[in-house]
Amino acid sequence: MPASHHDLPRRILILGIGNVLWADEGFGVRCVEAMADRFALPENVRLLDGGTQGLYLLPFLEEAEAVIIFDAIDFGLEPGTLHVLRDGDVPAFMGAKKMSLHQTGFQEVLSTAQLLGRCPDKLTLIGCQPAEIEDFGGSLRPIVSDRIPEALSAAVAELARWGVEARPGRTESIDLVDASLARAAYEDGRPDAALACRSGDERFFPEDS
Amino acid sequence: MAISTPNGFNLDASGKRIVVDPVTRIEGHMRCEVNVDDNGVITNAVSTGTMWRGLEVIVKGRDPRDAWAFVERICGVCTGTHALTSVRAVEDALGIQIPDNANSIRNMMQLALQIHDHVVHFYHLHALDWVNPVNALKADPKATSELQQMVSPSHPLSSPGYFRDVQNRLKKFVESGQLGLFKNGYWDNPAYKLPPEADLMATTHYLEALDLQKELVKIQTIFGGKNPHPNWLVGGVPCPINIDGVGSVGAINMERLNYVSSIIDLGAEFCKNVYIPDVIAIGGFYKSWLYGGGLSSKAVMSYGDIPEHANDFSAEQLHLPRGAIINGNLNEVLDVDPRDPSQIQEFVDHSWYTYGEPGKGLHPWDGETSPKFELGPNAKGTKTNIEELDEAAKYSWIKAPRWKGHAMEVGPLSRYIIGYAKGHEDIKGQVDGLLRTMDLPVDALFSTLGRTAARALEAEYLTRVQRHFFDKLIANIKNGDESTANVEKWDPSTWPKECKGVGMTEAPRGALGHWIRIKDGRIENYQCVVPTTWNGSPRDAQGNIGAFEASLLNTPMERPEEPVEILRTLHSFDPCLACSTHVMSADGEDLTTVTVR
Repeated sequence: MPASHHDLPRRILILGIGNVLWADEGFGVRCVEAMADRFALPENVRLLDGGTQGLYLLPFLEEAEAVIIFDAIDFGLEPGTLHVLRDGDVPAFMGAKKMSLHQTGFQEVLSTAQLLGRCPDKLTLIGCQPAEIEDFGGSLRPIVSDRIPEALSAAVAELARWGVEARPGRTESIDLVDASLARAAYEDGRPDAALACRSGDERFFPEDS
Repeated sequence: MAISTPNGFNLDASGKRIVVDPVTRIEGHMRCEVNVDDNGVITNAVSTGTMWRGLEVIVKGRDPRDAWAFVERICGVCTGTHALTSVRAVEDALGIQIPDNANSIRNMMQLALQIHDHVVHFYHLHALDWVNPVNALKADPKATSELQQMVSPSHPLSSPGYFRDVQNRLKKFVESGQLGLFKNGYWDNPAYKLPPEADLMATTHYLEALDLQKELVKIQTIFGGKNPHPNWLVGGVPCPINIDGVGSVGAINMERLNYVSSIIDLGAEFCKNVYIPDVIAIGGFYKSWLYGGGLSSKAVMSYGDIPEHANDFSAEQLHLPRGAIINGNLNEVLDVDPRDPSQIQEFVDHSWYTYGEPGKGLHPWDGETSPKFELGPNAKGTKTNIEELDEAAKYSWIKAPRWKGHAMEVGPLSRYIIGYAKGHEDIKGQVDGLLRTMDLPVDALFSTLGRTAARALEAEYLTRVQRHFFDKLIANIKNGDESTANVEKWDPSTWPKECKGVGMTEAPRGALGHWIRIKDGRIENYQCVVPTTWNGSPRDAQGNIGAFEASLLNTPMERPEEPVEILRTLHSFDPCLACSTHVMSADGEDLTTVTVR
């Protein structure tokens, strides 16, 4: 529990980053979507689908005192493993390994916020090791999707440490994915494999597949 | 062994090979290989997109009215431009006319993105190729203040104390060891020519640009309802207007339009008082470094954009000029028709795709995306760890688009060369003024620095165009027209069974086209030809090289193992590989590898 009420962050950002079009790359954005569906959050908590954006996210970071980031991260662990990092470890880790474009972007945003002296005091990264990111137009693999409730619990626990209660319910937000990209619509509308090649190039596939 | 390409370049791959992979500070992943002679001069260049592109297949079978939301996701920079291009393609296919207000609002959003991208590109991604932030620590703040007052007398932030504060902040940041933004720099390379005071001034403006860019995008937030993923609508714009409304949410009212107006002023002042003066000041120290022209003096193309009147894309009605120049003939600007199957075609002879037969070109309406990854016989390494590419074979995930068979450069410099050749009043005035100020001939435009300068001039010009459309919107509303969308053909039952359309824009980095085929209310085929596909194009069957490759030739490198000059020229295109190829890296390595063989 926090030492005193005085330390509690007032403005909190819950940010999902990643690309919903590339299978498990969408983990972060889907977590934020699920958070909005399942919890009623107070007004000082903002939910944001950050996509693969870079500098556009800077103003959102700057106005927050504490940030929870959901993201698919290559920790080098078993697929579907959740891992939580805090504060100074967040940018350092995101810079150490990158899996896709957006991590470079977001690492730079954090670095920029630091240079400007406006990086949030508290950063918590809730990351999940992806199983598959090379399935173009695909959605989360079950092993990753199944971890969303746990990832949300970790976020709820973090919010509680910051003095915020997340009750079961819903949160309305305009800052989520467009309806056509919401998870169910996205998955149901997927073209079949005969119509649209789904796989990546050989460099990312075992020789025998 | 030297060879001459049909488009007029001499290639010699006999010297030392240098591999840069990935090229950093760009969107997406790109690799570059060059050969240098004994004097360190580049004699051969090979540019390759190292990621597969899977976008087109994802939207197949989807509702065309939703395509914008998908294409908005393919890039971390030009979200809105892709969305706009998409809704234009769908409207073109379905014959939908948008209202005047929607045209003005879309133009303001597109211009906000253009201006934002240009400013961010220069200060955030490109300045570090010319400016040395580490050297700025040695600057005398008082002398920096004097320099600033000389080059941008109208900019209020110029006291010695201000520069001292920034220098201290920078010092703290560098000493903390984070370096983050400035890592991977070659800070003691003699290719950096600025005195410390110019470095400090430019670095300070980099910080100011960070604050400015946050304001610039609010135009997208206001009209698009949110950011970083604003809403778009086939048939118009999704924001209703209620000019007498109150509050900061809901329909667009006068309060929010006044806010937009103040942001337009901010952008205009920054471009005029800071951005252009910085480019002139920095460029002044690099006047002897006029390399990197490549295709720009031979073949440039622009689709044009920012229509004065809704639904009228005729060349003379566009604020950004349309046209093509080939064979270096600036006396003749040819018209570009994206519908003509003989004009724009994509080839894959040197790309990791197959059309089933060699030398075949496909117009985007008939485009295919069938991957075929294979290395040539002279490639070194393995498929998963390529040491050296064989450019005589397939070597890139980027297709080779051609206009009437010509490799073309696209982007701000192309737009400006076309505008200049057409005698576009604003563009010609700006260019002549800049050349006069810098005491340079017109030929100096055909260079890396020319690309960088054209972008700065364009940003400033576009703030004026943005103001024009703001005034136009207000005037139209005052005349009683609050319409922002045409929903007559919203319902798919009103659509033809089969149709096709094309949407064009000028993205910050150049000509962008989306070609769509709709059948039974669903997307049958979708092809994007993005600016970096043009600029980053590999060779074609005839051996013509693309814009990146051409631009690197004949450039001397101070230190071949430190590719400052390669990065400088490639960055001047503002390359964005995220949408020209698929987003993925083969391994987790972050640092650029530079290999000299």
